[in-house]
Amino acid sequence: MSIDVKNISYTYMAKTPFECQALDQVSVTINKGEFVAIIGHTGSGKSTLAEHLNGLLHPTTGAVYVDGIDVNGKGADAKKARHQVGMVFQYPEHQLFAETVYEDIAFGPRNSGKDPDTVDAAVRSAMEFVNLDFATFAQRSPFALSGGQMRRVAIAGVVAMEPDYLIMDEPSAGLDPRSRNMIFAQLMTIFKKRKMAVILITHSMEEAALYADRLLVMSGGKLCIDGKTSDVFINDEKTLEKLAVDVPESFKLAEELQQQGLPLKGAILTEAQLVKAIAKAKGWSGC
Amino acid sequence: MLNDITLGQYYPGNSFLHKLDPRTKILATFFFMAAVFIAESALSYGILLAFVFIVAFMAKLPWKMLLKSIKPLWVIIILTLGIHIFTGQGEPLWQWKMFTVTREGIVLGVKMSLRLILLLLISSLLTFTTSPIVLTDGIESLLTPFKKIGVPAHELAMMMTIALRFIPTLLEETDRIMKAQSARGADFSSGNLIQRAKNMLPILIPLFISSFRRADELAMAMEARCYRGGKGRTRMHQLVYGSRDGVAACGMAVLILVLCILKWGGTLWAI
Ligand SMILES: Nc1ncnc2c1ncn2[C@@H]1O[C@H](COP(=O)(O)OP(=O)(O)OP(=O)(O)O)[C@@H](O)[C@H]1O
Ligand SMILES: [Mg+2]
Repeated sequence: MSIDVKNISYTYMAKTPFECQALDQVSVTINKGEFVAIIGHTGSGKSTLAEHLNGLLHPTTGAVYVDGIDVNGKGADAKKARHQVGMVFQYPEHQLFAETVYEDIAFGPRNSGKDPDTVDAAVRSAMEFVNLDFATFAQRSPFALSGGQMRRVAIAGVVAMEPDYLIMDEPSAGLDPRSRNMIFAQLMTIFKKRKMAVILITHSMEEAALYADRLLVMSGGKLCIDGKTSDVFINDEKTLEKLAVDVPESFKLAEELQQQGLPLKGAILTEAQLVKAIAKAKGWSGC
Repeated sequence: MLNDITLGQYYPGNSFLHKLDPRTKILATFFFMAAVFIAESALSYGILLAFVFIVAFMAKLPWKMLLKSIKPLWVIIILTLGIHIFTGQGEPLWQWKMFTVTREGIVLGVKMSLRLILLLLISSLLTFTTSPIVLTDGIESLLTPFKKIGVPAHELAMMMTIALRFIPTLLEETDRIMKAQSARGADFSSGNLIQRAKNMLPILIPLFISSFRRADELAMAMEARCYRGGKGRTRMHQLVYGSRDGVAACGMAVLILVLCILKWGGTLWAI
């Protein structure tokens, strides 16, 4: 069970003076049970790649298969395959439209043809997922919420579809640290429970290091690096620099400390790993 | 989904025509249109056609684009040709039941459709080589003398500029919302008419809301920069006539003169 991207290229506004090649011969396979982060500087084609994964954009050349079915096909099975891939867009709050929060979140599951009881259950668990209290928010208008609350309603609208593959395009941009941590904690829970695949597009190397097992680095429409998160950050630092991609702060700090003579051991990408390594090097116990 | 729609036909370039002052181009277009109605003889139509092709060549546009500009009206052009051919007065050349084709009819039909084609071509040349924003600047500048009789030149131009500026933004926004809703399983292409109209709501509502938000933000941003209408405003890009515009004006003047001589020259000499 996987998403297979076979050699896709995509050109925006083809055959006009404004044409712009956003993807260039990208091939990748993403399996269920993987947490993948896509990183790359702005304009490198991350969102364009994501929009191909559920057939929103048709590749100029190449094809995308979800569980073996071509997502750009016409039949009912292609439609079903597309429903398996949930997508949270950059700034998803601009897609809200319904009279109440409940109706908006129920839009996706209803379109998948679920019966009312299942829809109700899906809406409730999705609201819990984004930490919105059902009694307080379900009947309110989505337009009378704060920006962060709107964002959470929009994310819930996608989560409620219970996709096997969940793509999130910079879900944390503009959110306060607390809601961000909460959303990621919930995401990790359902990720483990449902054995789904999560594809996270992010500019935060900390998020990538903390949550993703696998890292895809894009630049100029090409997929430049594909590997285990810790391997990529530790072994490809020079390449990352060339692609204008940063490494996590903890990693930089660890390098600095090592240069100052503190013997830190092991892969250090997250704060927790850094704290542990320092404690060990200093011989502190109780950590 | 919507990225195949190209609005406004501006084709960026760096030719003589692209660099002309928009006012020159607008006035020249009007004069050319007048010239089309002066023309009568085959020779004068030939001259007009040659003029259009020379200008198009100077603009360095792909010929295909130029042909495409005739496409939306080709039905009307063919209709014009047909009606004139079959309803012309004069000596019949060919007759079948109630249809009579006359020599005069053919000549008139060809003339009329040529006129249409010439008008289409010259106005497309204007919009191909002038970006919409520059065009409105030119219109504003040309309308300024009429302010005295109450034409709100600046306000009209500002409205046009804002509308033009936001058309691509709105299209982009529509595209984005359509994508987001189809990712949630929305279906825009099946069902009967009422069902389809209903299915459009998830696109229209977010679109309206963001348009109102945009309008609000724009008004606020303009006020914050002390926008108080056109009175006493200076501009960053001043329109100035250059030597190019002189050359273009001479070209137009020669064209009109030649056409006038072809039409009335005979009678002048006859006197
Ligand atoms: N609708 C569009 N029309 C034309 N060009 C586009 C369009 N959308 C994106 N592009 C171009 O395609 C390229 C890739 O864009 P994309 O949105 O995939 O970048 P990204 O990696 O998601 O960037 P960011 O991190 O800023 O979100 C960019 O150069 C962009 O200018
Ligand atoms: Mg993006």
